[in-house]
Amino acid sequence: MSTTHPTNNAPTPAHKRVRTGRGGRWVVGVPYVWLVAFFLLPFIVVLKISVSEMGTVHPKDLLVWKDGGLQVMGDLGHFAAMAADPIYLGSALRSVQYAAITTVLCLAIGYPFAYFMARARKSVQPLLLMLVMLPFWISFLLRAYAWKGLLSPEGWAHDLIVGLGLDTLMAWLGMIPAPGQLMNTPFSLVVGMVYTYLPFMILPLYGTLSKLDLRLLEAAQDLGATPWVTFWRVTVPMSQAGIIAGSMLVFIPCIGEYVIPELLGGPETLMIGRVIWDELFFNNDWPRASALAVVMILMVIVPLALFRKYQAEAQEGPR
Amino acid sequence: MIIQRAHAWLGRAWLAAGFAFLFLPILSMMVYSFNDSPIPNVWRGFTLKWYQALGSDTALLAGLWLSLKIAFLTACGAVVLGTLAAFALVRYRRFRGRTLFAGMVSAPLVMPEVVIGLSLLLTLVSLQRSIGVPERGMLTIWLGHLLVGMAYATVVIQARLRDLPPALEEAALDLGARPHQVFWLVTLPMVAQSMLSAWLLTFTLSLDDVVMSNFLSGPGATTMPLVILSRARLGLNPGVNAAATLIVVAVGVGVAVAGYLIARAERRRAQEAAAAARA
Amino acid sequence: MSPQPTVGAFLRVEEVVKSFDGTLAVDRVNLELTQGEIFALLGSSGCGKTTLLRMVAGFEQPTSGRLLLEGRDLVGLPPYERPLNMMFQSYALFPHLSVQDNVGFGLKRAGMPSAEIATRVEALLKLVQLSRLAQRKPHQLSGGQQQRVALARSLARQPKLLLLDEPLGALDRKLREETRIELVHIIQQVGVTCLMVTHDQEEAMTMASRMAVMHEGRILQIGTPDEIYERPSSRFVADFIGNVNLLDARVQSTTEQHWSLSTADVPHVLAERGPATAGTPNCVALRPEKIHLSRQPPEQPQVNAVKGVVREKAYCGSFTQYHLGLPSGAVLKAALTNVDRTAQSDPALGEEAWAHWSSTAPVVLTR
Repeated sequence: MSTTHPTNNAPTPAHKRVRTGRGGRWVVGVPYVWLVAFFLLPFIVVLKISVSEMGTVHPKDLLVWKDGGLQVMGDLGHFAAMAADPIYLGSALRSVQYAAITTVLCLAIGYPFAYFMARARKSVQPLLLMLVMLPFWISFLLRAYAWKGLLSPEGWAHDLIVGLGLDTLMAWLGMIPAPGQLMNTPFSLVVGMVYTYLPFMILPLYGTLSKLDLRLLEAAQDLGATPWVTFWRVTVPMSQAGIIAGSMLVFIPCIGEYVIPELLGGPETLMIGRVIWDELFFNNDWPRASALAVVMILMVIVPLALFRKYQAEAQEGPR
Repeated sequence: MIIQRAHAWLGRAWLAAGFAFLFLPILSMMVYSFNDSPIPNVWRGFTLKWYQALGSDTALLAGLWLSLKIAFLTACGAVVLGTLAAFALVRYRRFRGRTLFAGMVSAPLVMPEVVIGLSLLLTLVSLQRSIGVPERGMLTIWLGHLLVGMAYATVVIQARLRDLPPALEEAALDLGARPHQVFWLVTLPMVAQSMLSAWLLTFTLSLDDVVMSNFLSGPGATTMPLVILSRARLGLNPGVNAAATLIVVAVGVGVAVAGYLIARAERRRAQEAAAAARA
Repeated sequence: MSPQPTVGAFLRVEEVVKSFDGTLAVDRVNLELTQGEIFALLGSSGCGKTTLLRMVAGFEQPTSGRLLLEGRDLVGLPPYERPLNMMFQSYALFPHLSVQDNVGFGLKRAGMPSAEIATRVEALLKLVQLSRLAQRKPHQLSGGQQQRVALARSLARQPKLLLLDEPLGALDRKLREETRIELVHIIQQVGVTCLMVTHDQEEAMTMASRMAVMHEGRILQIGTPDEIYERPSSRFVADFIGNVNLLDARVQSTTEQHWSLSTADVPHVLAERGPATAGTPNCVALRPEKIHLSRQPPEQPQVNAVKGVVREKAYCGSFTQYHLGLPSGAVLKAALTNVDRTAQSDPALGEEAWAHWSSTAPVVLTR
C-alpha cells in the first residue's frame, strides 16, 4: 500500500500526478547519478584544471602537502592570458561575430522560406517539411564537404562566381582575401555555416507560422491594413517565439563550431573551438584549453539564460 | 484568400531557390562521385570505380562497422536514460535538486560539443591516471555520445509524456492496477512511439558525430565520420564522394519511407475517426 | 447544518474538508447515500464537487474527515484497493487497447481467469449494446459509443459504488436525452449505487433520485429534485435552479395555514406555510411557470396578484417567456405554456396585463 500525495498546490486535475512511491527513487536517481558523474563532475574537473599549473604531461595537483601544511596551488593566470593574448581574444570575438552573421543570414533566408511553406497548400506542407528535414538527417560533415567541392578551384560554383566577376566585389568587401580564392575564406565559412544551420532556423519558424491564426490577418485587413503592413505589424510580432527559438538554435551552437571552420575556414577565421583543440592536442596545455572552455561556456550561458527567461515569461503571460 | 497573385509567385520562387540552395551542393557531390577523373572537379566521364574501391576500403568499412555499433548502443542507452529522466521531470514536481537536474539534462543540447568532449576527455584521462581505466576507445566514445543523446531523447519523450492525459493513468488505478502496472500497461505503450523517435534520432546523431568522437577516440577506434574527416581535410577525394552518395541515398530512403508510413497511418486514423463520427 | 448520521448509510461523507494551501475547496461536507440510489452533486465549476468526487475515488486525500463505505473508512486506501469505480468525463479509454481489452482491463488486474473474463466482457458489451464493436479501437468509435465502453468498463468489476463525472457533458444535445435514459436504465438494471457530479441542472434533476446543491465547497441543500426545485432552502438555491422571481418581503401576519406578507413589488402575498424553518421570513420566491397572465383582472386582485406592462415577450417553442414591468419598477418573469397553437388571447408586447398565482405557488425564504 503506497501513499498518494498531491504533487501540486493548484486544484486543477490536469496537474495531479500519482507518485509511485519507492520506484520514484530509482526513476530520479539513476539519471541523476549518471548526469552528476558524467556531466557535472567533468565540468568541475575542467574548472579545476583551468586554475592549475601544467606539469610535463599532466596538470599539477591543486592541493599539495608542503612544509607540513596543505596549500592550494591555484593559478588564475590562464584567464588573464585570455584577455591579453590577441589570439584568444580574437578567436572569441570572431566566434561571436560569425555566429551572429550566420544567425542574421539564416533569419533573412529562412523566415520567408518558412512563411511561404506555411502558406502553401495543406496537402503539400508535410512533403515540404520532409524535404527541409532531409538535409538535417544527412551528416553535416558531408554537407560541409559538399561545399568544399563547389568552392574549390575547378568547382563549378567557383567557376560561376569568378566568371560573373563577383569575386572582385567580394574581395573588395573583405569577404575573401583575394579574387579567385573562394575556399578557406570568411565567405566559404559563412556559406557553410548558413547552409548547415538553415534547417534549424526554418523548423521552429515554420512551427510558429503554421499555427498562426489566419483569421487574425483577415481581421487586420478588414480593418484597413495592407498586406505589407499586416505582415510587419501582425505576422512578424506573432511569430516572435519562433524567431527567438530559431535564432537561439543557430547562434549558440555556431559559437562552438569546430568542423565547419576546419573544412571550410581559413587562417582568418580561427574560432574558439579550433583554438581549444589546438591547445589540448598540439600544445598539450590542459589548463589553457580548460580556461578557454570555461570562457566558451560563459559565452554560451548568457544568451541561453536570456532565452530561458524569455521562454518562462512567455509561458506565464497568457495565464 | 488573402494571398495575391504576385505573393504566390514570389512564394514559389523563394521556396524553389531555397530548396535548390539546400540540395544542389549535395546533388553536385553525388554527381561527381561518378566522375572518371583523378582531379575531382573536372568531369571526364562516367564511372563506378570509386564505388568499387569502397568495397576494399578497409579503413572506411571498419569505421562504418564501429559507428554502427556505437550508434546502436548509444540509441538504446539514450532511450533508457531519457525515459527515466523524462519521467523524473514530468512526474515528480518537487524533489531536491530538481532545477539542477533539469539544467543538466538539457545542457548538452546547447553546450558546444567541444566543451563537453574536452571535459569528458580530461576527466577520463585523469581517471585513467589514477585507477587505470578506462582506455580511450569505443567505450569512451560511447559515453560521450550517450551524454548528448540522452538530452535529445529526454526532450522528445518528455514532450509526449507531458501531453498524456492524466485521466488515463487514473483510470488504470481506478480499475485496480497498481502503480508499476500502470507504468507498464498504460504509460509505456503510450510513449512508445516517442521512444522510437528518440531512438532513431539518437542513432542518427551518434552515427554523424564528429567532434565528440574526435576528442574521445583512441587508437583503433576510428569512427566513420573521423575517417571521412581526415580524408576531407587533405582535399577533395572521389572516394569520399562515393561514400557520401551512398549515405545520402540511405538516409533519403529512410526518411522517405518513414515519412510515408507516418502519413499513411495518420490518414487512416483520420478516416477511421471520421467514419466513426458518422456512424 | 449537518443531519444526524443514520446507522447503516451506504456511503457516508463525514465532515470532509479539503484545503489547497489555505484555500478551502471542500468545506466540512456531510453526505449520506443509501444503497441503490442515484445521487447527484450539482454545482457550478470550482464549487468543489469534482474535488469531492476525486476524494471518494482516491485521487485526492481529504485534509480531514472520513469517507465511510459500508462502515469502512476509505481514507488512506489507494484507488486500486477501493471497491468502487469511476466513469471519467473524458472517458479515458486506453487508445492502444481494443474495446474488449478496455472493458476487461479491470478484471485482468483482479486476476480473473481469461475464460471468465471473456464471458463477463461479452455480457457487459451486450448490456451496453456494443457487442459487434468488440475488436475496435477507441478512435474508431463515435462519442456515444465511447461513452458506453467507458460505462461497461466501470461496471466490469461489479463495484459497490459507481462514480460518474459529468456523464453527459461530452455529448451533444440530441444524444443527451437518449443517453440519459439508457444510462439510468442500465444503472438501475445493474442495481449499483451511483454518485454523480454535474454542473447541468437538467442532468442532475432527470437522472438522480436525490441531489445536493454545492457552492464554494459547502453543501447548501440536500433533497429530491422536486424538493430542491419547489422548496429551495435559500435565495441562492432558488436562483441557482431554474428561473425564479425573488421578492424582498416582510411578514404582516400569520395564521396556522398561511403567511401574509407584503413586498415592494407585489402588495399582498399569501403563501401556504411549509415545514418550520429557522429565522425570520424575508423573501418570497416565485417560479415563472406558476404565474398566470391575463388581460382581465383575476377574481381577487388584491391578493397574490399584480398589474403590469409586458416589456419583453420571447417565444421559446413550447412556452413563451414574459417580462412584466411592475409599478415598483421591478420586472416579473412569467412563463406561459403554449397550449393552444393559435392562441390569440395571450397578452401582447406593450399591453397591460395581470399576473396572478395561487397561494401554493410562493415559497417563503428566511435567507
